[in-house]
Amino acid sequence: MRLRPPFAMTALAACLLNTAQVNADSVDLTMYYPVAVGGALTDVVDNLVEEFESEYPDINVEAIYAGNYDDTRVRAMSAMEAGETPQLSVMFSIDLYELIEQDAIVAFDDLVETDEEREWLDGFYPGLMENGQLDGKTYGIPFQRSTIVLFWNKDAFEAAGLDPETPPENWEEMAEMAATVREASNNEQWGVMVPSTGYPYWMFQAFAFQNGHRLMSEDGTEVYFDDPAAVEALEYWVSLATEHNAMPDGTIEWGTLRQNFLEQSTAMMWHTTGNLTAVRSEANFDFGVAMLPMKTQRGSPTGGGNFYIFEDATEEEQRAAMTFIRWMTAPERAAAWSIETGYMGVSPAAYETDALQGYVEEFPPAAVARDQLEHGTAELSTYQGGRIRRALDNAVQAALTGQMTPQEALSQAQQEADNVLRRYAR
Amino acid sequence: MSFTNHRKMQLYGALLLLPAAVLLTTFAYLPTVTTVINSLFLPGFRGAPTEFVGLENYQVLFDDPTFWKVARNNLIYAVGTIPTSIALALGMALFVNRKLRGRGFLRMAYFTPTILPMIAAANIWMFFYAPQIGLFNKLLGMLGFSGVNWLGDPSIALSSVIVMSVWKEAGFFMIFYLAALQSMPPELKEAADLEGTSRWSFFWRVTFPLLMPTTLFVLINALINSVRVVDHLFILTKGGPNNATNLLLYYVYENAFSFFDRTTAATITVVILLVLAVVATLKFTILDRRTHYQ
Repeated sequence: MRLRPPFAMTALAACLLNTAQVNADSVDLTMYYPVAVGGALTDVVDNLVEEFESEYPDINVEAIYAGNYDDTRVRAMSAMEAGETPQLSVMFSIDLYELIEQDAIVAFDDLVETDEEREWLDGFYPGLMENGQLDGKTYGIPFQRSTIVLFWNKDAFEAAGLDPETPPENWEEMAEMAATVREASNNEQWGVMVPSTGYPYWMFQAFAFQNGHRLMSEDGTEVYFDDPAAVEALEYWVSLATEHNAMPDGTIEWGTLRQNFLEQSTAMMWHTTGNLTAVRSEANFDFGVAMLPMKTQRGSPTGGGNFYIFEDATEEEQRAAMTFIRWMTAPERAAAWSIETGYMGVSPAAYETDALQGYVEEFPPAAVARDQLEHGTAELSTYQGGRIRRALDNAVQAALTGQMTPQEALSQAQQEADNVLRRYAR
Repeated sequence: MSFTNHRKMQLYGALLLLPAAVLLTTFAYLPTVTTVINSLFLPGFRGAPTEFVGLENYQVLFDDPTFWKVARNNLIYAVGTIPTSIALALGMALFVNRKLRGRGFLRMAYFTPTILPMIAAANIWMFFYAPQIGLFNKLLGMLGFSGVNWLGDPSIALSSVIVMSVWKEAGFFMIFYLAALQSMPPELKEAADLEGTSRWSFFWRVTFPLLMPTTLFVLINALINSVRVVDHLFILTKGGPNNATNLLLYYVYENAFSFFDRTTAATITVVILLVLAVVATLKFTILDRRTHYQ
């Protein structure tokens, strides 16, 4: 039994009356969505929704910008608790386990009816589907998806006597090149920055995967933080500052890093490809985008947001939500979205559209995130994900700030994670 | 007064109280009660029923080193912000209460931080603090010092958050002091001048005691503010690095919404409420007795 405040009832009644007047058959959908990078992405979403509504007059979509990924989850979950569940939302792709544990979402496999719909479901890059699937069912549809890419300042490379067209291929080269830039600039410019606030676990996962190590089990019940390969990865990250004098001490802020790069205070940065269009429009120097460097293999976790449909919606609303999601992820829209943001086109078909093909030809960095997908891995996602990620975030930050050695920090995170996951590991 | 009239008045009074009572019950009393209840239960896993565990959640919380770290951070934060911001507010109020050129402009400048939304202010400060491109390190650089990683170094990150909070709070408290100063009868100053009282002793013997009600009010506000910090942490540090700037309410938020652990969140909330209740009682019994009301 849920207590509903009376104003919710009146709002509901008003809503019903309203739709009854407009169109007896129309469906109202509410959707929350996050923006985790700079730029006027809300306008882009608003325009898309408007276009959709004019094509489907009997479906009304109210798209509500809800902050970053965590804020969006909070808004959706609190709306659920208040008995006002949205019908669909864009949320963190790694929210899957939590949403399933709360019985909040439905599988798309249970919603698709026609062959055409099934074909749509199978049309995305498999690498992007990984975080949205569990036990052979698909719960999340890729939307604003990314990988981490390396942005490098060609002017800075040239000034330091490096080949401006050649980004680092591996860890050793990155450390060397970064140190060279630092030295050549007389300690005015840093060589490389990898953000360590906001999503430290995400960056660390890239390092670990490049060292051939996956941090979690397929079913999200175990993590492997204190493996020697993971320790080595964190040691390398720390050494960029301590040994190579190529990266600043302490943590590096996710939110201001792009500005650091644009003001040329660092020659290289690791950041989500979702920043690409913003960097392109603001940089007043020549820059390139490359896949992340490798140790034993290339690698980056995927990231970003997926569409989910909520369990509490009526069947009619769920069908309408799926119509909307299909429209939003259709090749032309995915291409337009990718061009406006830098996020990936989510299906091979998106890259076959004239728009995106032309764009990639004119601006080749736009294809790097997609090409890197081949070396991608699922983003860290487990049961009790919030707590697990926080444990790893703390470990990474403790090591980077010199409070603990990488080995100590990761052992502690492992222990914390083991405690939390004990009841799921069975 | 006849009996029915009396009853009518009572009903009238009750009706006047009703809106406030409904609001308070809905948004203060009911949530408090449910929070206390939640803190005594452990929710089941995958459909298992909720189990009554008594004070076990408190035991678990007190064994959690992060909780103690966060509590300690919050204490440092309170000690760092409350006296500083109050002293600064009083100083600013005394300063702009005098006749001086550009007084209106100064008052506005002092008050501006208060009217900025917290999130906007925090975003500005994030760029002040940014190690390479930030204002503070640019200034230090001009003086020939190498910069500091204000928010990224665990030994100073909390201080950085405190400095920003003081900046944000002092202007707000200044307004109360300014209002109190202006309502002070000018005869007191005239009488003191006739007697040749020094400025210093006039302040300590007359102004400051007369400001005590304001100080008490501001003190309570400052204390409440020091426990309800959550918004600037979102922007500035997210409680990091490694929990160095994590504060109690943010930890509650993290537990409730990032970890979906409503039980722990409820338990911490009850602990905070108890501590605040104790502090409030002390304040009203000890401080209030020493306060002059005009």
